[in-house]
Amino acid sequence: MDILFRSYQHASLVVQSLVVATIIALLIAMLVSSRPWGSAVANAVSSIGLTLPSLALLGLAVPLVGIGTLPSVMIVIFYATLPILRNAIVGLQNIDEDLLESARGQGMSRRAVLLRVRLPMAWPVIMTGIRVSAQMSMGVAAIAAYALGPGLGGYIFSGLSQIGGANALYYALAGTIGVIIVALIVDLVLVLIARLTTSKGLLV
Amino acid sequence: MTKTHQDSTFQAGVDIELQGVTKRYSSKGEAAVAALNVAIPAGEMVMFVGPSGCGKTTSLKMINRLIEPTSGRILIDGEDVTDINPTKLRRKIGYVIQGGGMIPHLSVGDNVGLVPKLLNWDKKRIRERVDLLMDLVGLDPVHYRDRFPRELSGGQQQRVGVARGLAADPPIILMDEPFGAVDPITRSRLQDELMRIQSDLKKTIVCVTHDIDEAIKLGDRILVLERGARIAQYDTPESILAAPANEFVEDFIGSGSTLKQLSLRRVDELDLTQPPTAHIGDRVAEVEERVRAAGETSVIVLDSRERPREWLSLRQLRHADEVPTPTTDLQTVIDHRSTLNDALDAMLASSHGGAMVTNRGRYIGVLSYTAVTDYVRALNEQASDEAETSGPRASEATRTSPLTQESSGRSSGAGA
Repeated sequence: MDILFRSYQHASLVVQSLVVATIIALLIAMLVSSRPWGSAVANAVSSIGLTLPSLALLGLAVPLVGIGTLPSVMIVIFYATLPILRNAIVGLQNIDEDLLESARGQGMSRRAVLLRVRLPMAWPVIMTGIRVSAQMSMGVAAIAAYALGPGLGGYIFSGLSQIGGANALYYALAGTIGVIIVALIVDLVLVLIARLTTSKGLLV
Repeated sequence: MTKTHQDSTFQAGVDIELQGVTKRYSSKGEAAVAALNVAIPAGEMVMFVGPSGCGKTTSLKMINRLIEPTSGRILIDGEDVTDINPTKLRRKIGYVIQGGGMIPHLSVGDNVGLVPKLLNWDKKRIRERVDLLMDLVGLDPVHYRDRFPRELSGGQQQRVGVARGLAADPPIILMDEPFGAVDPITRSRLQDELMRIQSDLKKTIVCVTHDIDEAIKLGDRILVLERGARIAQYDTPESILAAPANEFVEDFIGSGSTLKQLSLRRVDELDLTQPPTAHIGDRVAEVEERVRAAGETSVIVLDSRERPREWLSLRQLRHADEVPTPTTDLQTVIDHRSTLNDALDAMLASSHGGAMVTNRGRYIGVLSYTAVTDYVRALNEQASDEAETSGPRASEATRTSPLTQESSGRSSGAGA
């Protein structure tokens, strides 16, 4: 039953990090999306960030915060934020200027336009970002287990450390298949959430 | 019904005055709008027309400060609004744009109720208001309230746009090319409805268009603008057609100003003829006898609710016992408030030399082709008489021409 517990840990790590990452990404996106240079910087950071190998980043984090759960959470949040941020900026910016002007012309303040027009209209794009981010975080979380974090990654590293041993392959398989199943379940839930939180007026 | 709108539910328009309003996008370049002075009287529909880039839209958007004027003053009901909070200002000015500008993730009802909600009206009041306005623009609230904009046709979206502009009962409505995105038939219908609504509500409406025909049809006054929003002419449509102030205005009106005057006249200002009618299900033999007795060869078929359904020649009826239920939709029916221009369009599609006229859907008679051509001939004779006596550009003489005197009947007629 260890595998069920670890699967739960894995899912829990990803989902909680995802929630934090979504909040961070949306806040940054809303701050920068109306400033061209701000969006450019945020987009550059997210592209560069995604090219960093997660194992390297883990190597940098462990000396600072030690081993265990904390570095895992930090790394997963960092990677999870990037695709959401990117999609949120694109989503908030790709809205017809005439529509926004018309909303202002009705007497909506800039804040109201952001929260009641731009954010809901960008929501489907943001949700896509969250789904991409969730899939990526599954893999990142597995690697983060190298620093003795929680989750299914532990099986994979057990397998790696016993290469040639009798159970090495089974460990690695248990970890990998477990990650895939958890990823599929989380994605299904996210699709459902996207469906329920997107206005019918935006579905094509 | 419409009377009660005017008395209890809607407030009438107020004056707008632009004083030396200027917009400069860069300190060196030419001003987009150079010291524009216009007084827009309360309750009138004023059309801003001009070629693209003349500054008409910029001028419009400075009234609700979507574009901040570089200098000058804008007075609404005598109060300078150049310094008040633009967001609050805009809630008191309706704004209608091309295509409607619906917010796609909100239902039609929520779109219409947008400004009342911003003004913190209570839910019940917003709902009543939304239903009232959707009725006013001809959309059944029960059917359309909970739909989303993408489920509506272009014309319907434009109606919602107009309803939204009127929702919080602002005394002023700004319209930016409101009917530019719909097909010609829908456009002329929407124009007719806007005129009907305006004749009840008497708002102050400022409407930008590049279509001079639309300006002539809708406007109580037309402001013709040249580059830099310099005023070429500001006058009633009748005066502008009869006496263009300069060559620019003349070119802009284009040729066929007599034809354009047809846009100023309504079908019910001409006499209708009353050819024989029959109802669906009547006996053909009896109908035929009646038609021949009247010396005609065709008959207008009405349904049980007196709506015109078809215009048949006797030849088409010969093989039937009873007048059959028509299978096709009619193209040649016009409303009694349609312009002669639209009527002429409908007639050209008819094979009977006339168009059936309805009032609220009920048949009231036929406008014949000859009635319109006689009217055009009279206009032309009048114009050539004036040309001989006063010369084409003596504006005072033409302004008091019989045609313009008649037009006082136009505005009062529109309110009836």
